[in-house]
Amino acid sequence: MSRIASTFQQLAASGRKALIPFFTAGDPDPATCVPLMHALVKGGANIIELGVPFSDPMADGPVIQRSSERALKHGVSLLQVFEMVRSFREQDGRTPVVVMGYANPIERLGFERFAEVARQSGVDGVVAVDYPPEECEELVLALRKREIDLIFLLAPTTTDARMDTVSRLASGYVYHVSLRGVTGAAHIDTAEVARQVERIRRHVQLPVGVGFGIRDAETACTVADVADAVVVGSRIVLEIEAAPAGAAPARVGALMQEFRSVMDCGAR
Amino acid sequence: MKIYDLPDARGHFGPYGGTFVAETLISALDALRDAYLTLRDDPAFQAELAYELKHYVGRPSPIYFARRWTAKVGGAKLFLKREDLNHTGAHKVNNTVGQAMLARHMGKRRVIAETGAGQHGVASATVAARYGMECVVYMGSEDVRRQAQNVYRMKLLGATVVPVESGSKTLKDALNEAMRDWVTNVDDTFYIIGTVAGPHPYPMMVRDFNSIVGKECLAQMPEMCGRQPDAVVACVGGGSNAMGIFHPYIPHEDVRLIGVEAGGEGIASGHHAATLSAGSPGVLHGNRTYLLQDQNGQIIETHSISAGLDYPGVGPEHAWLKDSGRAEYVNVTDDEALAAFHDLCRNEGIIPALESSHALAYAARLARDMDPDRIILVNLSGRGDKDMATVAQRMGMTL
Repeated sequence: MSRIASTFQQLAASGRKALIPFFTAGDPDPATCVPLMHALVKGGANIIELGVPFSDPMADGPVIQRSSERALKHGVSLLQVFEMVRSFREQDGRTPVVVMGYANPIERLGFERFAEVARQSGVDGVVAVDYPPEECEELVLALRKREIDLIFLLAPTTTDARMDTVSRLASGYVYHVSLRGVTGAAHIDTAEVARQVERIRRHVQLPVGVGFGIRDAETACTVADVADAVVVGSRIVLEIEAAPAGAAPARVGALMQEFRSVMDCGAR
Repeated sequence: MKIYDLPDARGHFGPYGGTFVAETLISALDALRDAYLTLRDDPAFQAELAYELKHYVGRPSPIYFARRWTAKVGGAKLFLKREDLNHTGAHKVNNTVGQAMLARHMGKRRVIAETGAGQHGVASATVAARYGMECVVYMGSEDVRRQAQNVYRMKLLGATVVPVESGSKTLKDALNEAMRDWVTNVDDTFYIIGTVAGPHPYPMMVRDFNSIVGKECLAQMPEMCGRQPDAVVACVGGGSNAMGIFHPYIPHEDVRLIGVEAGGEGIASGHHAATLSAGSPGVLHGNRTYLLQDQNGQIIETHSISAGLDYPGVGPEHAWLKDSGRAEYVNVTDDEALAAFHDLCRNEGIIPALESSHALAYAARLARDMDPDRIILVNLSGRGDKDMATVAQRMGMTL
């Protein structure tokens, strides 16, 4: 069983929900990436989504755009992100790592090489923001061969028919984008999220994560009532941005703990 | 004549094009595609569009034989398709009129657009005023600074201009920001993309609206000189004016199609915007096409004296026409374009846009090696009034 599947299984057995932080690899600098990952796990993260910086992050709001720009100032490449995951794996063989990014750095490497280096580095899943199901057949094949999950985004506007298509291609979990707009935009409507998650479950048998717009532990807790996983991105990145030099791992670790404890109190 | 019917149902031109966007935009693109395909075949819509193009834009634009310039160059005859005579001064308005009408039919009250030099922004603000719609134009803050006159024109026309501070603060970043606006306000907003790029159906739709240029030429050339030209030459940034004049000529295989990119300070200098000449395939702004990118797949900054050609991607149909060999793509430098700019001013009394001056420069180079009975048709895609400050600065003057 894959690390992602067994993570969800263990959480379900203990009645808890997955907490998935996102940050951009190389923000604030490449050396802090692995310490940040360990701090997040220590704070209670179950899966880590590691952003691959891109020059043109079309689906991201200003917070994650800035993090991408900071990482690119250090010249962080996709291969370096894999190197960071490999380094993380030296001490943590248990926590799933999902790389999340845009199509072009993947295209540049080529699907086979991308999938192969991902496998060798200990990557468990991939979110490719701008590869919708219609355009990702080759990528799916390359990843499946190596038992890496391709995780799809589902929007409130995704039709039922498309959900069935995604269901055939997706593995690991699916990621419900809880609002229209870019990452880190407005607050989410939790009642609407509940309706959407219920709709997704009628079409997709995988665990359902919810992200985009989860800014505080209370919202995370409410979302965790209906979803299997809560993805927290811009809030983490803001914490990294605000941290004085060297303090980012401790700051995000504490933030994770806050989310974890509120979410687990909510779990009954 | 071979039948040419690209793109396919999902917007692919061979391996290029397609729909590479986040899931949040898919339903909006599907709705746009469905609305466009319905109206494209609707005689009432086409009649309305034809009326607007005639009475508001001033179509058809004439073809002009540049007799003195031809004599100066020496060689093939040089004909100009006068898109510079359109309302707002360039081909851009052919597309914005079409998309604004489509927006109105879809019940959208707000239009947004990206712009580099400001030409597409002005053309969008113009049609928004014409149809009584709110208009927001995204423009890189670098470009806002460099193109103050066009910013003012857009404001006069009632548009809001939003400076974009992210990334390289130029056209590509303005496009990113417009996409972000669209995904946030998709219910009431129509995104008017200004070139034959972006996700399906934009490359097809923008091409179709601009192909009026080539269709008119197909009829006008035989009237003027008894036959079709030997070569059609157009400048290529994103590629909308070139696609507009090329598309109706694609089945006419004895007509050479030549796209001229911005060679900037020369390809070897690294300061250029010659995507098809020096780039490689990748995915940006919703489609697969040639891009200027580094070894890690990051998009790199481009340079051209002409802001309208300063874009690191290119329409996917051009990528396909290049690979299939149906069109040729070349480039000329800033200096060559400027020389052609001055030649046309002095010999024909026509001030061309710096973008179009790239096409003129290559057409002159081509004409010199051809017999006088040969014919070259150049798309004079816009007029150069907007470029006065740039040209003056280049000559060491401040206006």
